[in-house]
Amino acid sequence: MIIFSIDHKVIGKQYIGLALFSVVLGTLLSLIMRFHLVYPDAKVRLFQAMWPDGAPGGQMTPELYLSLMTMHGTIMVFFVLTTAPQSGFGNYFLPLQIGAHDMAFPVLNMLSFWTTALSLLTLLAAFFVEGGAPLSGWTAYPPLSGLGRITGPGEGLGQDLWILSIALFCVASLMAAINFIATIIELRAPGMGYFDMPLTCWGWFVTALISLFAFAVLLAGGILLLLDRTAGTSFFIPGGLIVNDQVQSRSGGSPILFQHLFWFFGHPEVYIAILPGMGLISTVLSVFSGKKVFGYKAMAIALVSIGGLGFVVWGHHMFISGMSPYSSIAFSVLTLAVGVPSAVKTFNWLATLWGGRLRFTAAMHYALGFVSLFITGGITGLVLGQPGLDVYFHDTYFVVAHFHLIMGVAAIFAIFAAFHYWFPLMYGRFLNERLGKVHFFLTFLGVYAVFVPLHFAGFVGNPRRYPDFKEYEFLKSVMPLHIGVTHAAYFLGAVQLIFLFNYFWSQRHGAIAPANPWNAATREWRND
Amino acid sequence: MNALKNPPGVKTTGMWLFVLSDLLTFATLLVIYTALRIANPDWPRPFTLSPAIVYATIMTVVLLASSLTMVWAVAAMAEDDRKNTVKWLLATIAGGIAFIALHLTEWRHLVLEDKITASTGLFGAVFFGVTGLHMLHVACGAVYLSILTAGVARGKFSAEDIETGGLYWHFVDLVWMFIFPLVYLMAVKP
Ligand code: HEM
Ligand SMILES: [Cu+2]
Repeated sequence: MIIFSIDHKVIGKQYIGLALFSVVLGTLLSLIMRFHLVYPDAKVRLFQAMWPDGAPGGQMTPELYLSLMTMHGTIMVFFVLTTAPQSGFGNYFLPLQIGAHDMAFPVLNMLSFWTTALSLLTLLAAFFVEGGAPLSGWTAYPPLSGLGRITGPGEGLGQDLWILSIALFCVASLMAAINFIATIIELRAPGMGYFDMPLTCWGWFVTALISLFAFAVLLAGGILLLLDRTAGTSFFIPGGLIVNDQVQSRSGGSPILFQHLFWFFGHPEVYIAILPGMGLISTVLSVFSGKKVFGYKAMAIALVSIGGLGFVVWGHHMFISGMSPYSSIAFSVLTLAVGVPSAVKTFNWLATLWGGRLRFTAAMHYALGFVSLFITGGITGLVLGQPGLDVYFHDTYFVVAHFHLIMGVAAIFAIFAAFHYWFPLMYGRFLNERLGKVHFFLTFLGVYAVFVPLHFAGFVGNPRRYPDFKEYEFLKSVMPLHIGVTHAAYFLGAVQLIFLFNYFWSQRHGAIAPANPWNAATREWRND
Repeated sequence: MNALKNPPGVKTTGMWLFVLSDLLTFATLLVIYTALRIANPDWPRPFTLSPAIVYATIMTVVLLASSLTMVWAVAAMAEDDRKNTVKWLLATIAGGIAFIALHLTEWRHLVLEDKITASTGLFGAVFFGVTGLHMLHVACGAVYLSILTAGVARGKFSAEDIETGGLYWHFVDLVWMFIFPLVYLMAVKP
């Protein structure tokens, strides 16, 4: 039974496969979006063939653009960044690193993977139903997402499928979280205390704890939103709402309430994406510096405090929602406080390198790239955490640049590092080092070329989630910048083929790896 | 899957973790209820002491009694007394089913007599949302305990399995102990 396997290594690889499929799809969607942003009037036959209603005569409608954006964000956040670092690599290596025979609940593990797969299929089905995919972004704010067909073509069945998919994803993630936590609490090798675990395990541990609470709340939000759409309740629908000249019959609910729920999940979610990467990068930096991680205990405690603080800062996504200025200040102070453990991590990474005998392997390159992106993306976070500035920057491309650098690309660099580092254990061969380094440099260049200019678009006040900039006089000046970004994005997308080639080619033809090729000290490299 | 077995206690840990996250899901609903209620000073309070509250009290007693029989089932299994374990488990399931039956009768009354449904306003939405999710938990619990009962009767399952089931059942009971005052008692006609 290889398909419904309950072996943690097989399940780990299944998750990684699912994430790879998703990232290819998500990237293609983003390239189509970038194309449309700079050629909004282009008539493309391919679009018409793929979306006859969304692109009549090949001309993309604003609704189609928004649906592509929604699917891009949802696929990337949930099915790439939430699955690969935690459920993918975590499943494979957590039991090996703590000396457990498998995860605590192997059948539950299998169920959580297949629920995730079902969730992905449900999401993709939204492309094919009447009206197409939903328009409300990965944040799915009501009332747009709560009223049904009247608010747009994708807001019919497409939005229902989206909510169903996310609810399934919540259930799958809760199952996985229970499994990870129980495994770490109960199945550590005899004599291994919590502070004897590698930092990778700390990353997975804290991430699982965050998932356990965050997805429980999102699940409740999803259920209520679905009730609003299907059972006629109005938890999130205010009274007297007029949509398309029609007064909506429902009343009494609060759309802001959904924003609170969503971001109570949503902010911790960004840590779910990055914490496993932080753990892994600590290990990779230490192995290739030939030194122990500097300040191990501080690193573990920093992970826990980032995870904990993550639950009390959600308001920084809602500074313009009309919240009391006192709440804004509280959320702002707490948000900036996250800078402290983050700085602890950054300086300890640098101190780990300091005085070490550095080996510049491909994995080491990605790890250093991660640190770089973590700093560039983190600095803008400190800007956005201040209500005075965020009121201006909110919903502009400045935010898009911020979260792509730190959440999108940094986490993806950690995934690349993980592939290069652990490939010998997973396939008995090396990923090609030279191709890896070439891919690293081109990707590093590409991501900065795409995302640094977008900060400047944000300065001008360029709003996000707009399908056609030339409708607005004040955005004329940023068009050349967007043209540059789009070309950089094509370049970045093309460069990823190097990695895909390396990944599949090396599985069969890579150099054979000896046992423990990197001279690492953690348990997974010992063959006992 | 292989010869290596989990040490004792892993299943209970897993169930505790589930309970923790499920608690948060219910807490979210109750927080939403609180927020909506504060925002709507004219929140309806349709329940009369009799029959509504009397009825809900009976439901509460039935559910509490089923927790007691669950305690006895766990105790019997700890002494490897499978016959009595099956007996008390069956009693617990019966309690759960009785609770659901009473609950559905009450729902029916609300919908048909009082004309309150999930779409008639925020009160109905909260009431049916919260009690519906709870009832779903009771129903799942009844199925879960039935599987345990069938297994115990055929010599399968350990004391830890029954304890884990008990944990779930008591949790579902505990949630009701929040729902009863917040959703019922606080909606009594002034
Ligand atoms: C080739 C690289 C990428 C490009 C060119 C790209 C481009 C874009 C564009 C154009 C938008 C829409 C902005 C708007 O209209 O408001 C967007 C949104 C988004 N992207 Fe990317 N993206 C890339 C990679 C990623 C990755 C790796 C992630 C992983 C998380 C990601 C996550 C998101 C999210 C969460 C949104 C917001 C969606 C929303 O607000 O509804 N992107 N991206
Ligand atoms: Cu945030």
